[in-house]
Amino acid sequence: MNAMSRLLGWVDARFPLTTVWKEHLAEYYAPKNFNFWYYFGSLAMLVLVIQIVTGIFLTMNYKPDARFAFASVEYIMRDVDYGWLIRYMHSTGASMFFVVVYLHMMRGLMYGSYRKPRELIWILGMAIYLCLMAEAFFGYLLPWGQMSYWGAQVIVSLVDAISPPVALWIRGDYVIADATLNRFFAFHVIALPLVLVILVFLHIVALHEVGSNNPDGIEIKEKKNPVTGIPLDGIPFHPYYTVKDIMGVVVFLAVYFGIIFFSPEMGGYFLEDNNFIPADPLKTPPHIAPVWYFTPFYAILRAIPQKQLGVVAMGVAVAIFFLLPWLDRGLVKSIRYRGNLYKIALGLFVLAFLILGYMGTQDPNLWYVNPVSRVCALVYFGFFVLMPIYTRLDKTKPVPERVTG
Amino acid sequence: MSEAQSDAGRRKFLVGATVAMAAAGVAAVGTPFVLSMLPSARARAAGGPVEVDFSKVEPGMMITQEWRGQPIWVVNRTPEMLAQLAKNTDLLSDPDSADSSQPDYCKNTNRATTEHPNLFVAVGICTHLGCSPVDKMKMGEGSGMGSDWPGGFFCPCHGSKYDMSGRVFKGMPAPLNLRIPPYTFLTSSRLLVGEEKKGA
Repeated sequence: MNAMSRLLGWVDARFPLTTVWKEHLAEYYAPKNFNFWYYFGSLAMLVLVIQIVTGIFLTMNYKPDARFAFASVEYIMRDVDYGWLIRYMHSTGASMFFVVVYLHMMRGLMYGSYRKPRELIWILGMAIYLCLMAEAFFGYLLPWGQMSYWGAQVIVSLVDAISPPVALWIRGDYVIADATLNRFFAFHVIALPLVLVILVFLHIVALHEVGSNNPDGIEIKEKKNPVTGIPLDGIPFHPYYTVKDIMGVVVFLAVYFGIIFFSPEMGGYFLEDNNFIPADPLKTPPHIAPVWYFTPFYAILRAIPQKQLGVVAMGVAVAIFFLLPWLDRGLVKSIRYRGNLYKIALGLFVLAFLILGYMGTQDPNLWYVNPVSRVCALVYFGFFVLMPIYTRLDKTKPVPERVTG
Repeated sequence: MSEAQSDAGRRKFLVGATVAMAAAGVAAVGTPFVLSMLPSARARAAGGPVEVDFSKVEPGMMITQEWRGQPIWVVNRTPEMLAQLAKNTDLLSDPDSADSSQPDYCKNTNRATTEHPNLFVAVGICTHLGCSPVDKMKMGEGSGMGSDWPGGFFCPCHGSKYDMSGRVFKGMPAPLNLRIPPYTFLTSSRLLVGEEKKGA
């Protein structure tokens, strides 16, 4: 026995190191037919790590004080060595986080990854998504630019529409002020990241308990090798999918750094123009829009002419995803074996979501913005509300015994 | 057997009592943390009244002052603007400001005091989601709001429109007219925002 394996033996007698390695990587059997859509889970974890590391380095120079916050961000951008890189990695990382998470969710919708027995994985994932939205919202106030300030003002006044004392409690002042900035900083750098990491851990624990779904939506654990007990259509996650995911990481990083180096503001979609002006509590910028990843929900809010109802509709638009495992009554999981009804419904939903996202960035005074948003909001809610009906009526195809690759 | 049963009952009681004590402890420890997030004594003290000198505000102009961190508008309206107000009634969702928030002495078409009917003092915060509307005081085409625009204010966030008395037009996302703070005139050119007339 050499020194290395003796050390491993010493650790294993005190900590389940080899067991964890085997259970979650070397002997975690994932379906062999993963495709393009299966990159985004591991990419989301990569972005989480990037956000945590760059975030730690940003806090070394950032000052969570209404008098100094804006200037400290500019200081990071201009005077701190490579400060611009760390800050752009963080700001671009925020948008890319939502890009990969939306694609990851789209995968779930296509292949029925939320269906029994993966309901808890889906619910934990939705909790991660909510946590991520809160994290992004709190973080966006920190640069203390005009869009930071007025964006926070709009969102907190959504709470105000439901309960003014709660809004006062969130702000810690009568308006968005230094107290608000300071506590949002606390939420952004410690409270929510901690919750996020715990939720991601639970998401993976739940996934590895039931095993991954796949593009055919069939359970590989039902067909096992009678001798080894290994699923016939399963391959060990390591090295097969670690290598595949590294390939995804390389492509992702090329795109990510391409954006950072050549277009970190992304034409005002990743960093809005108005956020390069310090916050002014007395002057609203002429056009307010949230960052792109919130605009679909913002468009729903604006489309409804009654304030409280608008807030409720926006909340329901997010929360309704939690019910997906129970709304879907289809006989099959994967879109490959669904009939036309589900394909059309999902297509319309994605279209409505994208159009809502676009409308949310547009001036509400344009004649088409609110009418189009209303139609899209109907389609959006229709996808969920009518789901028990159209998934049951849908003419599904027979599902194969084994994965098709 | 009877001994075991009595033990189970006691055990249940003890578990219940421990959980109740723990819950009380969590509530007691949680309270100061929750309350620490309310506005501090310093933030509460900063909410005192402010004086505004409006002598330099020409007719058709407005100034913005800060009170409790909010923009306070002081608008000097022209006679044409005041004349237009009565004609707006049918276009408004709360023309008499019945549901809106203002001191009693401003609950009229001008939404102003009788001593200075031309002066419109309001909290420049949209009643929809708290943005600050921009002034579109010019009537008609010159405002960029269309040829039938009767003059007023426009919220850039969600497109709510208000008239020159801060009354919201029908079919807008904002539910109410702009809020009017309590204010009183100190002299013919100065007013105090945030305080009612003494003895009134």
